[in-house]
Amino acid sequence: MSELLEPAVAERVLARALANGGRFAEVFAERRGGLTMSIDESRIEAVQAGAEEGAGVRVVDGATTYFAHVDGLDPADLERAADEAAGALRGERREPRALEAAASTPLPVERRPEDVPAERKAELLRELDERARGAGSEIAQFTASYAEARRQIAVANSEGLLSGDDRTRVRIGAQAVARRDDAVETGAETLGAHRGFELLEDDPGAIAEQAAQKALALLDAGPAPSGSMPVVVGGGFGGVLFHEMTGHGLEADHIQKGASVYVGKLGERVAQPLLNAYDDGRLPGEWGSDAIDDEGTATQKTQVIEEGRLSAYLYDRLTAERDGLASTGNGRRESFRHLPIPRMTNTYIAPGDSSPEQIIDEVENGFYAVSFGGGQVDPATGDFVFGVSEGYLIERGKVTRPCRGATLIGNCLEALMAIDAVGDDFFMKTGICGKGGQKAPVGTGQGHVRVGAMTVGGTEF
Amino acid sequence: MTELSAIAGRGVEAALAAGAGEAEAYASRDSGREVRVHGGEVESFTAATQSGLGVRAWIGGRVGYAYGTDLSEGGIGAVAARAAEAAAIADEDPAATPAQPSPIEAVPGLSDPTVAAWTTAQVAELALSVERAALEADSRIAGVEQAVYADSADRVAIASSAGVAGEFESSQCFAYLQALAEGEGARETGLGFGLGRGPEELDPEAIGREAAARATEMIGAAKPDSRSCPVVLDPTVAASFTGLVGGGLGAHAAQRGRSPFAGRLGDEVASDAFVLHDDGRDPAGSASAPFDGEGVPRRRLALIEGRRLQAFLYDTYTANREGLESTGNAARAGYRSQPRPAASNLVVSPGQASLPDLLGLAADGVFVTDVAGLHSGVNPVTGVFSVGASGRAIRGGELAEPLREFTIAGDLVAMLGDVRAAGTEARWVPFGGSVRTPPLLIGALAVSGS
Repeated sequence: MSELLEPAVAERVLARALANGGRFAEVFAERRGGLTMSIDESRIEAVQAGAEEGAGVRVVDGATTYFAHVDGLDPADLERAADEAAGALRGERREPRALEAAASTPLPVERRPEDVPAERKAELLRELDERARGAGSEIAQFTASYAEARRQIAVANSEGLLSGDDRTRVRIGAQAVARRDDAVETGAETLGAHRGFELLEDDPGAIAEQAAQKALALLDAGPAPSGSMPVVVGGGFGGVLFHEMTGHGLEADHIQKGASVYVGKLGERVAQPLLNAYDDGRLPGEWGSDAIDDEGTATQKTQVIEEGRLSAYLYDRLTAERDGLASTGNGRRESFRHLPIPRMTNTYIAPGDSSPEQIIDEVENGFYAVSFGGGQVDPATGDFVFGVSEGYLIERGKVTRPCRGATLIGNCLEALMAIDAVGDDFFMKTGICGKGGQKAPVGTGQGHVRVGAMTVGGTEF
Repeated sequence: MTELSAIAGRGVEAALAAGAGEAEAYASRDSGREVRVHGGEVESFTAATQSGLGVRAWIGGRVGYAYGTDLSEGGIGAVAARAAEAAAIADEDPAATPAQPSPIEAVPGLSDPTVAAWTTAQVAELALSVERAALEADSRIAGVEQAVYADSADRVAIASSAGVAGEFESSQCFAYLQALAEGEGARETGLGFGLGRGPEELDPEAIGREAAARATEMIGAAKPDSRSCPVVLDPTVAASFTGLVGGGLGAHAAQRGRSPFAGRLGDEVASDAFVLHDDGRDPAGSASAPFDGEGVPRRRLALIEGRRLQAFLYDTYTANREGLESTGNAARAGYRSQPRPAASNLVVSPGQASLPDLLGLAADGVFVTDVAGLHSGVNPVTGVFSVGASGRAIRGGELAEPLREFTIAGDLVAMLGDVRAAGTEARWVPFGGSVRTPPLLIGALAVSGS
């Protein structure tokens, strides 16, 4: 951390940032690097290594943030950014407080990916390729990717904070294409964590088989139904349902602009009493976890739904200040080239007490969305959509045939209230969330969840 | 030689020195700014420069890539060495070669020199006037979530051991906002946007009014009945679908059997009404450039015309695989990304029908003004899609009540075959890439609501 941003340099940069006034200044320094590669047509390709470093400086004056970012971490680069950010202000010089280093312990990494030979990573992809192709002769295409990324950050601000983090993430993904006559179907699976290469020591090839099995299963798929019906959502990445439906609407920037259906609903009943949900940036090893957020605030566990009542919003520093509260450690930024904004970390519906079998068994006729390709919400209207990547019909309490091409659609307030069963089979999955042009790694999780009624958008009426 | 071309040249030399048999370097330097306003005040102002270098190294048929931001002599050497190391990991592929040099002709009009002359205060005022225009357009506009203005001036240089050398400059600017309308106990949102080479090309009034109109039109929206019916796609929605078509026409996906167009060159894939070109030289298109991401001249290429699939989009690697020439469609998302074949600007030819004509032809159907969830609701391999939508009912050939919370579903290629008519008024849209398209009438899609 001190290697990225010497305290004396940080103090000088902050003083320059406040040279023309402003009530808050911050410098964020970052070194990021990574390696990605993929296998396609059983051939290792697209091997790519990256290394970037730079810093962003912001000055807040009244309601306005002035932000400048530069490549490079030389003191001269940082001062240039400070001068640029301060350049638009016309006030009196302010003095930043002396810096005091805040303790932060990065998440543990047992085996640094950089220390693992690249050839080992290529072998891993070959293993995935063999496992997927071994799953059946109808697997026509298979691709898999490996990605490791390290972000070392340091942040210092005019209120005296100096902190840092060292984040390593590893993720693999598998995509299979199955073909039978004219039918073509795809299946995908991922495995990722805020951990080192140790993540991949325990049967990483399983995701290749799972991706292949999904694609093969869909070869028997028929058209998806359409219309309103009970929907059972699978565990893990099914949690993207809560992420989109509710999580985004709880981010304080949407709330403060009146662009969320959850405005003014704090303390109100928004779900059945069986529902408890959290945002937790401290879950050990999880994809969306960090030691501190990108403003130097320690990450925390925030209960957002307590027995069906809305209990908290998610804040970064500026939005918290506006509401007279403390940041919840949700100020995240894609890189030194971006301003922090309130973002989710790992968001999940806590385990309930129903078994998945029971949840499905109670459905007369409905739809079973095992997993999603992703989702999208307009927090202001609450309208959401989820593309189903693996879905089945439920007929008389039994899971019957697979369906292709279904999307779930609805409105947050109604759909959240309509969750009438939560499973005990909880697990987490990884996602990449986009907001305001910035990508962030997020975790999503839940056990099986049943929504009493939701619109399934298929092609069969 | 400019400084940027010199950096690219040094990247090539350093990669050859690190053991590469062939090398290519792509260097870029961008300066940009962004203003976000809310409630009559500037919320944030960002000013930035960024530069970087990406090096591709070939060792026999193995290719590797590395990038970095350190453009010092040592930094360039480190990037080049990592590219050569990356190449050693890749498997041999006989089609992997650098692009061959071709004469490069400049494209006039890519850069507006007035961008830099606009002061911070002037561009902030432009963003504020966009917000004001929306608020003043209709009393039911409760607010604007955010109005944004951004511009950038970008310079790109490329060099290779095969003799490719080129450099060009371009500028971009855009403004957009999300307006919030209130009525009948609900909030609705509407997007407005404009884009150009310089701020003078933006019309803040029109951008703000568009957002206000889109938001207020949705007040009182309800779910439609589920059925199969004619659908008119407005240009923003038609652009999103056109972008999906362009994605399927990239030779990389097609050669690997991961496109609904794979193996269909020369086949009938659309109706007469849907004519599509890729045009990498129209100065109005934001993706236009004298050359592509590996230095091959950009051009205009017919993709779908006379109902038939006329061409795929190639870079050098995918062209080599079929013994063809690159179509100048190697795309890069900056120095961090190695080239992949992709569309530049997709241009759908306008037809003969005005929007009222299209609605009249639809008679009884749905006018779709927004779609959501394209990244998860479309299978790019098969073209099967089901996406969230909102818009207006069409009754008796006229726009009727607003509709929300429904899906439109179908098959991409089947949909192209069912384009009944294209509108007369085409528009540049920054969705689905860079697309210029008129509204389109589709014979029938599955609409799922209540």
